[in-house]
Amino acid sequence: MLIKLSGGKVYDPAHQIDGKVMDIYIRDGRIVSRPRDDETIDQTFNLSGKVLMAGAIDMHTHIGGGKVNIARMMLPEDHRADPSVHSELCRSGCGHAAPSTFTTGYRYAEMGYTAAFEPALSPANARQSHLEMGDTPIIDKGGYAMIGSDDYFLRMLTAKKDQNAINDYVAWIMHASQAIGIKVVNPGGISAFKFNQRALDLDEKNVHYQVTPREVLKALSRAVHELGVPHPLHVHGNNLGVPGNMETTLKTMGASEGYPLHLTHIQFHSYGTEGDRKFSSGAAQIAEALNKHKNISADVGQILFNQTVTASGDNMRQFTNSGLASPNKSVIMDIECDSGCGVVPFKYKDKNFVNALQWSIGLEIFLLCDDPWRTFLTTDHPNGAPFTSYPHLIRLLMDKSFRNDMFAKLNLDAQAMSTLTSIDREYSLYEIAIMTRAGAAKLVGLHDRGHLGEGAGADITVYTDNPDREKMFSKPDYVFKDGELVVKDGQVVKVTWGHTHTVKPEFDRGVEKDLKQYFDRYHTMSMENFKVSSDEIAEGGRGGVVVQACEGRRDKSL
Amino acid sequence: MTNFSASTFEAVTCPACGLLCDDIHVERDSTGLLKVSDKGCVKSVTFFERAIQTSSPSLGGKTVSLTEAVSKAAEILRGTNQPLFTGLGTEVQGMRSVLSLADKVGATIDHMNAYSSFRNTLVVQNSGWQVTTLTEVRNRVDLLLVIGTNIVSHNPRFFERNVWNKESMFEPDTSTREVVYLGGQNIDTSAGVSPKGAKPKVLPCDLERLPEVVAALRAIVSGKTLIASEIAGIKTSDLESLSERLKAAKYSVVTWVSSDLNIAHAELTIQNITELVIELNAKTRSSGLPLGGSEGDYSVNQTSTWTSGYPVRSRFARKHPEYDPHHFSAEQLLANGEADALLWVSEFNPDKTPPKVSIPKIVIGHANMQASDADVFIPVSTAGIDHTGTMFRVDSSVSLPLGKLRESALPSLGEVMAAIEAAL
Repeated sequence: MLIKLSGGKVYDPAHQIDGKVMDIYIRDGRIVSRPRDDETIDQTFNLSGKVLMAGAIDMHTHIGGGKVNIARMMLPEDHRADPSVHSELCRSGCGHAAPSTFTTGYRYAEMGYTAAFEPALSPANARQSHLEMGDTPIIDKGGYAMIGSDDYFLRMLTAKKDQNAINDYVAWIMHASQAIGIKVVNPGGISAFKFNQRALDLDEKNVHYQVTPREVLKALSRAVHELGVPHPLHVHGNNLGVPGNMETTLKTMGASEGYPLHLTHIQFHSYGTEGDRKFSSGAAQIAEALNKHKNISADVGQILFNQTVTASGDNMRQFTNSGLASPNKSVIMDIECDSGCGVVPFKYKDKNFVNALQWSIGLEIFLLCDDPWRTFLTTDHPNGAPFTSYPHLIRLLMDKSFRNDMFAKLNLDAQAMSTLTSIDREYSLYEIAIMTRAGAAKLVGLHDRGHLGEGAGADITVYTDNPDREKMFSKPDYVFKDGELVVKDGQVVKVTWGHTHTVKPEFDRGVEKDLKQYFDRYHTMSMENFKVSSDEIAEGGRGGVVVQACEGRRDKSL
Repeated sequence: MTNFSASTFEAVTCPACGLLCDDIHVERDSTGLLKVSDKGCVKSVTFFERAIQTSSPSLGGKTVSLTEAVSKAAEILRGTNQPLFTGLGTEVQGMRSVLSLADKVGATIDHMNAYSSFRNTLVVQNSGWQVTTLTEVRNRVDLLLVIGTNIVSHNPRFFERNVWNKESMFEPDTSTREVVYLGGQNIDTSAGVSPKGAKPKVLPCDLERLPEVVAALRAIVSGKTLIASEIAGIKTSDLESLSERLKAAKYSVVTWVSSDLNIAHAELTIQNITELVIELNAKTRSSGLPLGGSEGDYSVNQTSTWTSGYPVRSRFARKHPEYDPHHFSAEQLLANGEADALLWVSEFNPDKTPPKVSIPKIVIGHANMQASDADVFIPVSTAGIDHTGTMFRVDSSVSLPLGKLRESALPSLGEVMAAIEAAL
């Protein structure tokens, strides 16, 4: 099958193509070079005047796993308002804050996204994450295994195990949980909460293990780097949501001593303590530091106003936040000497001082960060807002007057505390393509996605150029997944199963000797059952596991 | 059933209760019979050692081929407006196939244990809770408060694996762990006796009065002073000292089994339990732990929730899922004549048989099930014995693969549901 996408305006930042009119060819699911003149083209799409990009990639979105399902279970009232009907092609489900899995897959695809990554896959719960992602159609997916508060790792740090031993354990975790990255959440803090600590700053010790978050960050960021895992250590820092936490965030940037770090939902970690209410924007300082530290990347975790639900591994912070729950209910869990979770519904309001300022802080960070290759577009779905609000967010970034109109509706005290309207920057289509495609693929380590070069998987989105960017990005004309037309005019026309992307760094299998003993002594499941097999992921004809190359970052920023 | 040799499996996962112990030793003889040789309990022995009966699909008791049975089931479902799928004794993979068919034919789904699991679900949906998982209990619990149950009739190895375990990461001597039983009369508390012989504290009361006792304990934990000197026969001073012990504990765990709380509005009592746990967390650490679990109830609810957004007691009649924990109970729908066909599933347990109904009845069940009155009976193989599967533990966080221990000539539930869907 040879398909020609003819005459579209192409944005492919991985190849420095910025709006050039050109033809793209797809053969058997892959992008190929221009065929010989005597080859038959089976199908041609005339895309003149259309905008063509690789399929978008969401590098941080909570789409599968225990805490997401708790959020679904807890909020039937949120689902009722957004039913998704059964059709000839599609399964029924529901949407909004914590959508059902099938609906998640369809809606991502209908927005032109072809991959999404679950950032907090707890190894003890990895099987559930993969089961849920396995029931999420069309898009590719993958997960970052969450460690750093697991007792096995903290015991290693206390025992001063050498870095090689830590690297072997980290690699083992990635294999066992079929992950493509490693994430740390409130480093050491989830464990500290189990010992009744209620806060943990970067240089504060876990009372039991006597190790600090800084030591956790250093050991893990180095392990990830030395294993050649493309995605840098994914960090949800200490003190999420706490006024003044920008100081912790600035210190965290230096904590890896030069090893790459990705600071996730940095908006929630960019707060100062100025003003009458002791809550202010740290965006300028955070953006300045991000611009300077080339080894650090960040996604924003923008908040948008409406009902949503926050789901996090950070049970220490979520326990405190549960007082702000709206509606007033929350689930807080300690999990398996491995991690924890906290699910707290939230309603962000534009007339609320704190929420309005959070909104501004996120946008200030987007607009003050110079390098879209190191800045990523997320709402930390569903924590800041559901992923379905991305088109609105893109418009806020690309359209200054729209942004200022929205700003004018905010709580007045918050307006007075923000410099947002003084920022003239508008993102270009090329920059949006970097943040949501080329940069995201590079950051996650998807070597054959996020670009339109020869050999790439043919994940392609075609839009009608519309000055209303929200409309444009809400409803693509066409979406191709692995070369198959899956969405037309913003509607699913074919349902496929995407791949599960992983990396499999090499390690010394000898680690299993000690691990098995640990599981036998302390756990309630065996080490063998802790591992998720590739066969389980492919169950029932679902997309299989793809092993991405594990050869280090392509541009070392060290 | 002659095509296999005798064998021994040393780490079998048992789906017979919510603990999913995965250390069970099972021996298989050359006829396929299984014997639990180590780490067994009454539930695992019953589950694995059930004699295999040969059984065939039947229509009204008359033996037919699988194709005929499938086609008859499809015909029944084609002609219905409000089919009800219940029983649902299955695991994740089976439930995936049930949900696919339910979505297609617009069925209402309910689980045989929903009357009990809703006592917990309603709490999560109303106020949330703070809970923990088995490995945390095994390593951290210093005070276990057991409310209204003996635990072991549901989860026989709970104390052996999670309380009196020899080693723990944070408690040098697990035998010093304190166990308190609150509520119920004549509760068998022998499992709560420590390995060194220390007896648990027992505060009995009639089950019907447990709501008052739990409310009083919550009030005391919250700092209120009670005027009453006793509640349901329990001295207020005993509840006060229990409250002090809970506050002094570093990691108390408060547990209950929803199916044992056969009292009106048990969810309100469970909510008082979980709210007192949250209150304790203002100063120290404490966690709830709902126990029990059987017939795949946790797996079915988890799978249903991610697939449709709702646990069971949901329906697909209007082409999108709807949920109502009261109106969509199978019992009610049948009593009110609001279902026009019944599809009953029980792959683990032949004794879980469908209710007597006057509407067309399709039974997809364990091979040993007596179902001659069903319009359609299709015997299926069992996950964890005859084919692989996936199951959730009672703490909801951990799921485990179920193994295949022998060959079976019977189809799996997934295969049968897919065949019915194809025959529609």
